[in-house]
Amino acid sequence: MRFLLRRLGFFLLTLWAALTLNFFIPRFMPGSPESALRDRTRGKVSPAALEQMLASFGFKPHQNLLDQYLTYLGDMVTGHWGLSIGQNLGEPVTTIVGQALPWTLGLVGLTTVMAFVLGTLIGTVAGWRRGGRLDGILPPIFVVTSALPYFWVALVLIMVFSVWTGGWLPGDNTYDNTIIPGPSPGFVASVLQHAVLPAATLLITSIGGWILTMRNNMITTLAEDYIRMGRAKGLSNPRIMYGYAARNAILPNLSGFAMSLGFVISGAILIEYVFNYQGLGYLLYNAVQNVDYPLMQVLFMLFTVAVLVAVLACDLATVWLDPRARARG
Amino acid sequence: MRSGSNGFRQALRGNRKAMTGAVILLVFTVVAAFPGLLTSVKDPNALLYPPGLQPSGAHWLGTTSLGQDIFAQLVYGTRQSLIIAVVAGAFATVLSVLIGVSAAYLGGIFDDLLSMLTNVMLVIPAFPLIIILSKYAGKGSLTVMLAVLVATGWSYGANQLRAQALSLRNREFLESARVRGERRSYIIVFEVLPTMTSLIVANFLGAALYSVLSAAGLQFLGLGDPNSSSWGTMLYWSQNQQALLTGMPLWSLAPGLCVALLGAAFALINYAFDEIGNPALRPVRARAASKAGIARKRGQRVQRAESQ
Repeated sequence: MRFLLRRLGFFLLTLWAALTLNFFIPRFMPGSPESALRDRTRGKVSPAALEQMLASFGFKPHQNLLDQYLTYLGDMVTGHWGLSIGQNLGEPVTTIVGQALPWTLGLVGLTTVMAFVLGTLIGTVAGWRRGGRLDGILPPIFVVTSALPYFWVALVLIMVFSVWTGGWLPGDNTYDNTIIPGPSPGFVASVLQHAVLPAATLLITSIGGWILTMRNNMITTLAEDYIRMGRAKGLSNPRIMYGYAARNAILPNLSGFAMSLGFVISGAILIEYVFNYQGLGYLLYNAVQNVDYPLMQVLFMLFTVAVLVAVLACDLATVWLDPRARARG
Repeated sequence: MRSGSNGFRQALRGNRKAMTGAVILLVFTVVAAFPGLLTSVKDPNALLYPPGLQPSGAHWLGTTSLGQDIFAQLVYGTRQSLIIAVVAGAFATVLSVLIGVSAAYLGGIFDDLLSMLTNVMLVIPAFPLIIILSKYAGKGSLTVMLAVLVATGWSYGANQLRAQALSLRNREFLESARVRGERRSYIIVFEVLPTMTSLIVANFLGAALYSVLSAAGLQFLGLGDPNSSSWGTMLYWSQNQQALLTGMPLWSLAPGLCVALLGAAFALINYAFDEIGNPALRPVRARAASKAGIARKRGQRVQRAESQ
């Protein structure tokens, strides 16, 4: 119980730190929403009208900073996220976020799970057949792939599968804009088609980490006494491999998996940018380019909350699974 | 225990992965130091040639749509990437050591505060924060980028080093130093740190890799200095000019490949170093369990740096 309370305290403190960073960074640095708006309207709108416009969106630059800060904290927590002052001028931030969220969750979420499952399976086999051909080839390859820049892999894939093949797979957008969105087979097919290349990019660059860590964990686990005992009992190889070794070797990876699920929502900003995939990462890029404070603040908060929730869930699971963690607290 | 620099040299000599990484790194270092060896172009950003030339004897990788020699840009860009890797990696590592080791060694309220800070920084999504920071902190000068990378890059190592230092704290050789009446600073610098060399070097390699990838990503998004000579800036301009679609793929692919190669070099040395220093990968049982955790975390760091 004390352990959980401490974790909850950490959750709140981190949230507060992230929110505070988020509030003060843009305000203490050059560049302001007014000048950004002025640039975008190219001086066609008078400064007074601009200011009035910003004020109607709830932006009060002349208010006391502390008041602004407190209002901001309250608004973030209560979900009064305000109106965008960027590209979609005046649209509620909740709507904008709501439109982008499913794309990121679908693409990055599914790919993260796939990379974890596949990587863990391959790592299990590689570690089990220690010194085998798989074990000899895989590590160096995946050390390299996991150090590749995401966006470069994306560029190569676009080059090969989209440009060279004359548009074999789309390298742009979330679906074919000529199709009306809806639960029709054509739309679903289009969505899947547009997800292939970004998903492949993510998979290629993230699977290596899971393979390597699982392989290393397996090797450690295989040296344990209970594996020898399993062998002595005459259990079948698959039984020892999955039921004894992999089952224990995967435990240390679970917290890493929880973390990476938390990072799903911040998406792969660079990938979404390369593919013009309209998820949350792409949204953040646009918000920053347009000095859209309200949208930036909400996105950064959501990114942090997602990681925190994942970490907290992982802690809960650990306490539930492992009595030693309970005792320690 | 003291496997520090000796182990490192050994790792480089006996391991093919480490050799590959070291050779790549050496080549890049030479290119960065003497760009004139490879190209006669003096100013890689000057618009000297007809735009959009295909690769030829005169222009090995062709020219950009603005009329610059792509190969010359690549050569001159090496320096900035290496500087970012080494400087940001080094400063982040120094911060990790300072914060991680003092937290573990001082204990009590210091430890609580410092590890709280570390954990908060670990959880806050770094790449979005870097994007926001570098957008506002003066148009992407190199100093700003280095500062941002260090600020977001130290927490991972600090966490690891704290764990290692905690396990060292009550060892006998430290006890004997305390009994001798040595000062705390002396003990930390001359007794604790040397035993942690291998972890510190590994941390430097991880932080350097993280910095190279993040910096390239930032510049690619247009958040660097658009007039600087660097691979990330090349990527920005090639994307800006739609190099892939207009028949100049090398303009995009070549600088990306260089980033990838430099990243791979750091990753390979790091992994090889791990294999030598980490008995979990050898059939020894006693020390395996404790070190496996470190190896695992290191893998995740690369993932974390990338997955954002």
